[in-house]
Amino acid sequence: MVNNETKAHEFAKKQREISIAEFFEKNRHLLGFDNKRKALLTTIKEAVDNSLDACDEAGILPEVIVEVIDMQNDRFKVIVEDNGPGIVKSQIPKIFAKLLYGSKFHKLSQSRGQQGIGISAAVLYGQLTTGKPVKITSKISPSQPAHYYELMIDTKNNKPYIIKEETVDWKKPHGTKVEIDLEGSYQKGDQSIDQYLKQTAVVNPHVTLIYTSPKAEQFVFARATNKLPVHPKEIKPHPYGVELGMLLRMLHDTEARTLQSFLTNEFSRIGAGTAKQICENAALLPSTKPKAVTREMAEKLMEGIKKTKIIAPPTDCLSPIGAEALEKGLKKEISAEFFTAVTRPPSVYRGNPFIIEAGIAYGGQQNSDSQAKLLRFANRVPLLYQQSACAITKSVITTSWRKYGLQQSSNSLPIGPVTIAVHIASVWVPFTSESKEAIAHYPEIIKEIKLALQECGRKLSVYIHKKRRIFAESKKRSYIETYIPHVAQALKELLSLKEKDKEKTEQLLKEILEKHRGELEKIIVNNPDFDEELALEGETNE
Amino acid sequence: MNKALTKIKDIANNIYQKIMKKKQPQLKSPLRSLSNVKYDPKDGFFELLGKEKVRTLTASSVKTFAQTLRMMALSKELIEKDDIATKREAYYVSKNWAEARFKEQVDSDSIMDDIEAMLMVNREQLGFIPEEKGGEVAGKLIVIDKDPETGKKIRIDCTKFGSGAYSIPISVEHLKFETNAKFILAIETAGMFQRLVKHKFWKKANCILISMGGVPTRACRRFIRRLSEDKKIPVYAFTDGDPYGYFNIYRTLKVGSGNAAHINQYFCVPNARFIGITPQDIIEYKLPTHPLKEVDIKRAKDALKNDPFVQHYKEWQKAIKQLVQMKVRAEQQALAKWGLNYVIEKYLPQKLKDTKKWLP
Repeated sequence: MVNNETKAHEFAKKQREISIAEFFEKNRHLLGFDNKRKALLTTIKEAVDNSLDACDEAGILPEVIVEVIDMQNDRFKVIVEDNGPGIVKSQIPKIFAKLLYGSKFHKLSQSRGQQGIGISAAVLYGQLTTGKPVKITSKISPSQPAHYYELMIDTKNNKPYIIKEETVDWKKPHGTKVEIDLEGSYQKGDQSIDQYLKQTAVVNPHVTLIYTSPKAEQFVFARATNKLPVHPKEIKPHPYGVELGMLLRMLHDTEARTLQSFLTNEFSRIGAGTAKQICENAALLPSTKPKAVTREMAEKLMEGIKKTKIIAPPTDCLSPIGAEALEKGLKKEISAEFFTAVTRPPSVYRGNPFIIEAGIAYGGQQNSDSQAKLLRFANRVPLLYQQSACAITKSVITTSWRKYGLQQSSNSLPIGPVTIAVHIASVWVPFTSESKEAIAHYPEIIKEIKLALQECGRKLSVYIHKKRRIFAESKKRSYIETYIPHVAQALKELLSLKEKDKEKTEQLLKEILEKHRGELEKIIVNNPDFDEELALEGETNE
Repeated sequence: MNKALTKIKDIANNIYQKIMKKKQPQLKSPLRSLSNVKYDPKDGFFELLGKEKVRTLTASSVKTFAQTLRMMALSKELIEKDDIATKREAYYVSKNWAEARFKEQVDSDSIMDDIEAMLMVNREQLGFIPEEKGGEVAGKLIVIDKDPETGKKIRIDCTKFGSGAYSIPISVEHLKFETNAKFILAIETAGMFQRLVKHKFWKKANCILISMGGVPTRACRRFIRRLSEDKKIPVYAFTDGDPYGYFNIYRTLKVGSGNAAHINQYFCVPNARFIGITPQDIIEYKLPTHPLKEVDIKRAKDALKNDPFVQHYKEWQKAIKQLVQMKVRAEQQALAKWGLNYVIEKYLPQKLKDTKKWLP
């Protein structure tokens, strides 16, 4: 016993708080820094996502400049500069050099980032692999100077450590520029930076991206519309989506005096009547003080919520791309003949509203013997990794494409010259992991994705069948035409015609054929948005 | 001008004029199948109904449209040069026609039959002749033919071929006959014919024996028809007891076929009667049998369902139903079970006497 106590004391000396920064230092794969290639992509992705979120929120048409410089020996310098609203001086260190600091975690609204972990994790990764600080320049208005910071993260305490701070001259009226040095590796291909930016351009047709690759090639993904996405509204959580831990925290944090007012104030879709009914179903008094609710009572409250019928959450908190804009995005980036896109009506999983959008680009220069190219998006962000684990992939695989005119073997993506894009917009996208690469398999989500795909599929099949019909007709015509000279030759022999009359016979037979079968239908590929020069940029040539 | 040639040129001209007027040209010919014939015992043969097939500039018919015209052009050339081509030769001529050539001879034969049907003439009039022999004859008949070189009459005595026989030529229109025979016996197999010739059955029964060698050729049918009509003598058919013997051989001999209905008028033998092996014979003579094959059953059912000849005669319906029920067939040579000459000594004399056992 004594020994054990001694041991325990000994252990106790080693036991101490683990800072979140230290934790991620050791578990970098959780955030998408598993390997050098992915680390480089994740860094750019976090910076660009932040820039776009900031611009959208401020109502500014984004123009983002991305530059990746190869510093040799697996080192890269990533520079991302936007024309966003800028960041207030006092916030800069916390945003970039404190993990889990941000504005997005505590509210429910559709945004690219969710947890406020991304950019600071990239900073931490850069710091760990190169020992260099992150450099930030930010300016909030033309009338104020720009602030320049060099920051590192104090990993033990999860606090920013300021290396340098000064005001500088910056011509931009407002915006932010981040510069991170890190270890990475650059490769072209499906999971490359090039692809990520190109796909970003597809689902964000209001964005202009200027990208300089590590090979010093410059790509411009030009804006296709000046329409800003509708700014999504912030909503309170819907009771069906709340879990016990979250409920307890909310009960603790609330300023409400009674359980009833807690329910009506902190949740969406709960009025006084519904709140009373929940309390009744939970066998709790509406007048109970929220702070006095015990864990057991909270569990009862959960039961009560489950038993009560509550209308679905409001959906004005969602900002879909829109079928038209998605189609435009596809048109400008993919060389195809046929485009279609749909936006589904909002739906709900576990109390979280979401909208599914899907688009298809068919034909053109796309390879007809390979599997369909699948583009997955969540809140306008391309998902490049873990395709097979994603609910979108599952939905595409379990949709029957044969009836829409594509080949497909069981349990795989369809085969054909086609790109399929699927976008989920939600206040809370259910990713399978913190690195936000695959969407969890909620039946409600899969059902909606499949409905969207079927809608696109039906339009696609109309096009494919029309194309086949025209092909079959032109084949038939040329078959018939091969026999016209024989008819003329036979008539020449039968009626002792002159060569001239034989030729006239052939000519007239061709005219009769044309007249009789009608003019051959034509497929018009009308795509003014597609600019080959621009669109082919960022295409992967491995 | 030759009648066939006039018709060919008329049709060609008609098509040419249509083309000049920018109208869709087309060729119509009677549908050659059992579904397009009717049987009227007064006329005695299968006659065409009005169904037609149309060939024009469509994907499904343009090839045969062109082929038909080219075949007509070949025919025109043959007639003008007073030449002939066998069906096989015509098939080989088409090999010069590039895309319009025939893949198999059955295809060119079929087009040839279409042209015949369209013009309502005989293929010999178009300059085309078959390769097949016409059949063999032995017995009390003198055929009067001409020497192909001198044009001098030749008398051919069909009793003087010993163990051999006279061979029916491809064209029989010019033949004349002398005979005092009481009937013509048309026999399905060469084997049975040989036996009857060997034992001079024709002498004993005062008849003419003709070997059809399976389904009778046009020349064979025309020979029997002319002979029986000229000399007013009846025709009896002696075949195996199976659906092939009944319908493909006997029915074709008597009323013609659906496939060549356009020429049945000249190539049928309406007064033929059936004295071959009936289902009742199989029972009464206790003949050795073989089980009916699937193709036999199908043929029998087809006949009941689609053959206007069978549909007209209850006797035939009864017989074929009986056979299907018995599930067996018997060859004419099965009579040898009772001795090699049983057919000569018993079967044929009995059968010829008892008209009630015949089938119409």
